[in-house]
Amino acid sequence: MSQVPADLRYAKSHEWVRNLPDGSVEIGITDHAQHALGDLVFVELPEVGRALEAGAACAVVESVKAASDVYSPVSGTVLAVNEALAGTPELINQECYGRGWMMRVQPAAGSAAELLGADAYTAELAAIGG
Amino acid sequence: MPFVPHTDADVREMLATIGVSDIDALFDEIPPELRIAGLDGIPVALSEMQIGRLMSERAQRDGRPLSFLGAGAYEHHIPSAVWAITTRGEFYSAYTPYQAEASQGTLQVIYEYQSMITSLTGLEVSNASLYDGGSAVAEAALMAVRAHRKSKSLRLLVPATVNPNYRRVAVSTAGNQGLQFDTVPYVAGTGCIDREALARHGGADYAALVIQQPNFFGQLEDVDALTDWAHAQGMFVIAVVNPTSLAILKPPAEWGTKGADICVGEGQPLGVPLSSGGPYFGFMTTRMEHVRSMPGRIVGRTVDLDGRPGFTLTLQAREQHIRRGKATSNICTNQGLLMTAATIYMTLLGPQGLARVAEESRARTRALVELATAVPGVRAAFTGPRFHEAVLRFDAPVATVLERMAVGGVLGGVALADDYPELGEALLVCATETKTDEDLRRYVEALRGALR
Amino acid sequence: MSDLKPAEKLIFEYSRPGRGATAQHPPAPTNAASDDLPAAFRRRTPPRLPEVSELDAVRHFTRLSQLNFAIDTHFYPLGSCTMKYNPKACNQYAMLPEFLARHPLAPATHGQGFLECMFELQEMLKEVTGMRAVSLNPMAGAHGEFAGVAMIRAYHAARGDHARNEIIVPEAAHGTNPATATMCGCIVKEIPVDAQGDVDLDALAKAVGPNTAGIMLTNPSTLGVFERKIREVAKLVHGVGGLLYYDGANLNAILGKVRPGDMGFDVIHMNLHKTFSTPHGGGGPGAGAVGVSARLEPFLPVPIVGRDAQGYRWLSERDRPQSIGRLSAFMGNAGVLLRAYIYMRMLGREGMGRVGEYATLNANYLLARLRAAGFDLAYPERRASHEFIVTVKRQAKEFNVTAMDFAKRLLDFGFHAPTTYFPLLVPECLLIEPTETESRETLDAFVEAMIAILGEAERDAAQVKGAPYTMPVRRLDDVRAAKQLDLAWKPVESPA
Repeated sequence: MSQVPADLRYAKSHEWVRNLPDGSVEIGITDHAQHALGDLVFVELPEVGRALEAGAACAVVESVKAASDVYSPVSGTVLAVNEALAGTPELINQECYGRGWMMRVQPAAGSAAELLGADAYTAELAAIGG
Repeated sequence: MPFVPHTDADVREMLATIGVSDIDALFDEIPPELRIAGLDGIPVALSEMQIGRLMSERAQRDGRPLSFLGAGAYEHHIPSAVWAITTRGEFYSAYTPYQAEASQGTLQVIYEYQSMITSLTGLEVSNASLYDGGSAVAEAALMAVRAHRKSKSLRLLVPATVNPNYRRVAVSTAGNQGLQFDTVPYVAGTGCIDREALARHGGADYAALVIQQPNFFGQLEDVDALTDWAHAQGMFVIAVVNPTSLAILKPPAEWGTKGADICVGEGQPLGVPLSSGGPYFGFMTTRMEHVRSMPGRIVGRTVDLDGRPGFTLTLQAREQHIRRGKATSNICTNQGLLMTAATIYMTLLGPQGLARVAEESRARTRALVELATAVPGVRAAFTGPRFHEAVLRFDAPVATVLERMAVGGVLGGVALADDYPELGEALLVCATETKTDEDLRRYVEALRGALR
Repeated sequence: MSDLKPAEKLIFEYSRPGRGATAQHPPAPTNAASDDLPAAFRRRTPPRLPEVSELDAVRHFTRLSQLNFAIDTHFYPLGSCTMKYNPKACNQYAMLPEFLARHPLAPATHGQGFLECMFELQEMLKEVTGMRAVSLNPMAGAHGEFAGVAMIRAYHAARGDHARNEIIVPEAAHGTNPATATMCGCIVKEIPVDAQGDVDLDALAKAVGPNTAGIMLTNPSTLGVFERKIREVAKLVHGVGGLLYYDGANLNAILGKVRPGDMGFDVIHMNLHKTFSTPHGGGGPGAGAVGVSARLEPFLPVPIVGRDAQGYRWLSERDRPQSIGRLSAFMGNAGVLLRAYIYMRMLGREGMGRVGEYATLNANYLLARLRAAGFDLAYPERRASHEFIVTVKRQAKEFNVTAMDFAKRLLDFGFHAPTTYFPLLVPECLLIEPTETESRETLDAFVEAMIAILGEAERDAAQVKGAPYTMPVRRLDDVRAAKQLDLAWKPVESPA
C-alpha cells in the first residue's frame, strides 16, 4: 500500500500539496507515483518566477523506463525549486513527501479547489488498483 | 523456393500441427473480397546469376566519369578494411541494440563513435547518428527551439550560405511545427555571410543562428565573430560542419568566446561511398546541459551485475518508444551501419591521416582553381580562404559547358543557377585528395574543349 | 571503473602516439596549402582519434563484431521487426564500383542504369501495395510516417480545410505513430481496441469528426492479428473527410495476399528493411518508401524518378509544385533501395506471395507448438498473422519470472529475445515473429528452449532471473548509466 499522509492534499494526477505557514505551498509527487516510475534518474524543474497554471505540465520526472510530466496542482508562481534533485533525483524515491519535495509555489487566489483529501485520494488509488 | 527453406514434408507436418488443411486456410480472417489472385505487374523471378548480370550491365552503363562534384557529398579514398569489416554479417545483419547483452559489439562501436565525434567537434555529447546532413540540420533546428529556455521563439536565422537542400529539408521537416527560417544574404565579393544585413536582425527574438563552415561555396566564414554576435543576441549557434575539415579547422566548441551550442553535419566524407546520395549519416553533438533535448539514440558506459564494464542505450525516456507523442523526435532506426563505417575510417586515418586528407583536398582544389581560372572566360567568384570547394564564374552558359565536358567523361561541377541566379553562369567545383595532377590536367583540357 | 576486464578494450586503449595505418593515408601534401590558411581558422590541438596500426584496427573491430547477435549467426524472433535473412547477392550487386562511385548530383546521362532500377522499384512497390504512386525518399520507417502525415496535412490545407489537425491512433500502435503526429504539428487521439484485438468501432465513431485529419493503422495490427473491420474503419474515417494511413511495419504478413490500396488506405509507408530484406545494420540504414492514392499524388516528397522519351530523370519541385518538399539532402538511402530492388527481382511474382504465406505458416506453427507447451496467448481465439503474442503474466505472478527474464534467458540458449513489453497494453508480453526464412528445425529448437525455461521458472526462478550467463556481459546497470552519464571516452589525467 502506498503512503498517503493525512495532512496533505492531492491531485488525481498523483501530485501532493502541503500548505506552508506563509501562505505558499510545497509540491511533490506521491508515493504511488514514485513507485510506479521506479528509480528516478533525472528531474526537470521549472525556473523560479515562472507562472504555473493548474493542470498544466510544470516538470518532468524521468526513470530508466519512463518519463512523465508532473502537472501543477495549483495555479501560481514558482518561489523556489528543490536544487538537490539535480544531483540526487533518488530523494524522490526515498522521501517523496520530505526531502524529495519538488517546488514551492505562491498560489493564485482560489486555485486549489479541485484537490482531494487523503481519504479521497486513497479511494482513488484503490479504484485504479494502486 | 528462394529464401524459403521448407520441404513439402515440412509443410504437411506443420499444417497438421496447426490443424488446417492448407496454407490458404491461414488467411481465413481476411475478408475474401480483399484477397488478390496474384501480382502480374511484378516480373518473373531472376536467379542470382541473372540478377548479377543485369546489375553489372546497368552499373557499366552509368560508368565511372572523372568527377569534380561536391556540394555536400565528397569523393575520398576509403580504406579497404572499412567496408570489409562493416559488411561482416555480425554488424550488417544485427538489429538495433535493445538487448544490450547480445549487442555489446554494436554498442561499443557507438560509444567509440561518440568519443571520436565529440573530440572532432569539441562538444561533450553525441548521439548515435541521424539520417543525413539535411535531416540533421532540421533536427538541430527543432532541438534549438526545444532546448532554448530563455526564448520561446520559433524563428531561426539561416543564411544563404547554408546548403540550399539542407534549408529545404529543414522547412519540410520543421515547418509543420511552426518553425520559420529567415534568410541572410552573403557578400558578393567574399561569398560569406553579410554581417551588416545580419546586424539588422539584432534585437529580434530568434532561437538560433545557423552557421555552415566551410559554407556551401567552400568559403570560410568568420565563425568567431558570428558566434559572439549570436550569443550577444541571446541566440543559440547551430554549427553545420564538414567532419574532414575539422582535422585542421577550429572545432565548433571553440568558435568565439563560448563556442557553438549544437553541431551537426553530413558524415558521408568519413568512409561512406557516394552511392547516388545515400545511405549516409548525419551527426550531432551538443553541450552536456542539452543532452536531454537531443534526438536519437545515445550509448552510455556502465557496469553489469558482476561489476564488469559494459555498454547500453541510455536516456531512452526521451525516445518515441517510451515518450510516444512527447518524444524529442520520432526517429527510431537511424544509420547505424554508416556510423560503424565512419568509426573504422576515423580509426584507420587517425589524427594525422585525417589532417592529410583535409590538407591535400584543400591543395588539390586550390590547384584546380589556379588551372581553371587561367582559361579565358573563367574566373573565381570569391576571394578569401576556402576549404576544398570553390565557385567558378563563366562567360559562357554553364549548362552547355557541363554537357560537353560530360560527353568526354568529366563531371565539371554543380551548376548554381537554380539556387543562386544572382551569380550568373556559375559552377561549384571540388577536388579532393583523390585527384591527381593528370586528373586536373584532364579537367582543364575538357573545359577548354567545352568553351571552344 | 572495475577490476574485471571488458570483453574487448576500447580502441583508444590500443593507441600509441606516432603509430598509424600509414598505407591508408594520402601521400604528403603536394604543395604547402596551409600557408594561406589564417591562424584564426586553424585547429590548435589535434582531435583525439586513435593512433593504431591497420592490424590493430582490423582485430579490434572484428572482435567487436563477434560480441553481437545477428541474423547471420542467430534466430531473431523479434516481433514487428521482420528479421529475415538478408541475401548476400543484394549486398554484392548494390556495391558494384560504378554504383558506389556515382555522385548524387551526377547528370542523368551518367545514371540511366541506376535510375532504371529506381523507376522499376517504384513500379513494383505500387503493384504490391495497390497504391497509385510511390516516392522512395524517406530514410526509415518513422521518416516515411512523417512524410505520410505531412502529406495528409498538405492535402487538407490545399483544400482550405485547416481545422483538421487530429490524428487518431489505436492504443496498440508503435510509439513512432504518436511521435510522428506530434512532429507534424498534429494532436494525437488514442482509441482502444476490443477484446478480440480489433479496433473499437464505437470508440472510433465517437473520436472522428470535423477535426479529423486521419487515422494511422497497422494491419495486421501490432497485436499480431488481421484488423477484420478495416472496411468499416475506412468508411467511418472517409465519411467524416479524414484519410487513412497504413503503417507498413507488418506488410510481410500479407505480401501477395491482400493490398493496403484495396483496403481503402490513402497513404502507406513500407519498411524496406523489413519486408524487402535490406539489412538492419545494428540500427539502420532503413528505407521507408511511401505510396499514395491518386488524391495524394501531387504531395509526394521529391525527387521522384520519371521517364520520358530521353530516358529516366529526376522529377523535382518544378514538376511537383504541391510536393511536401525534400526530406533528405539528395534522394534518400539509394544503396538500400538498390538492395530492395535486387531482392524483389529475385523473388519475382511467384516469390512475392510465398513471403506472406510462409511467414504466416511459421508463425501459426510456432503458436500451435507454444500453446501445446503450456504458454498463454494474448488472443487465443485469433489466427496469427506473421506474428503473435505470448503473455507470461501467469508465470510472472506464480514464479515472479517476467517476460524480460524469459527474454534474457533465451540469449543463453542461443536465441535472440522476442520483442518484450510491446504492445504496451498486453502485460508481460513476448511478441514473436519467426519470418519465412527460418526452417522448421529452428522453430522446433526455439520451442524446446522456451519449454526448458518454463521448467526452470517452475523449479528455480533465480536461475532465470539471473540470466544471461553466457554473454559478454550480464544484465547492465541502467540506472547508473542514466545517472552517471559516461557517453564518451576521455584520457585518464596523468597525475601532476
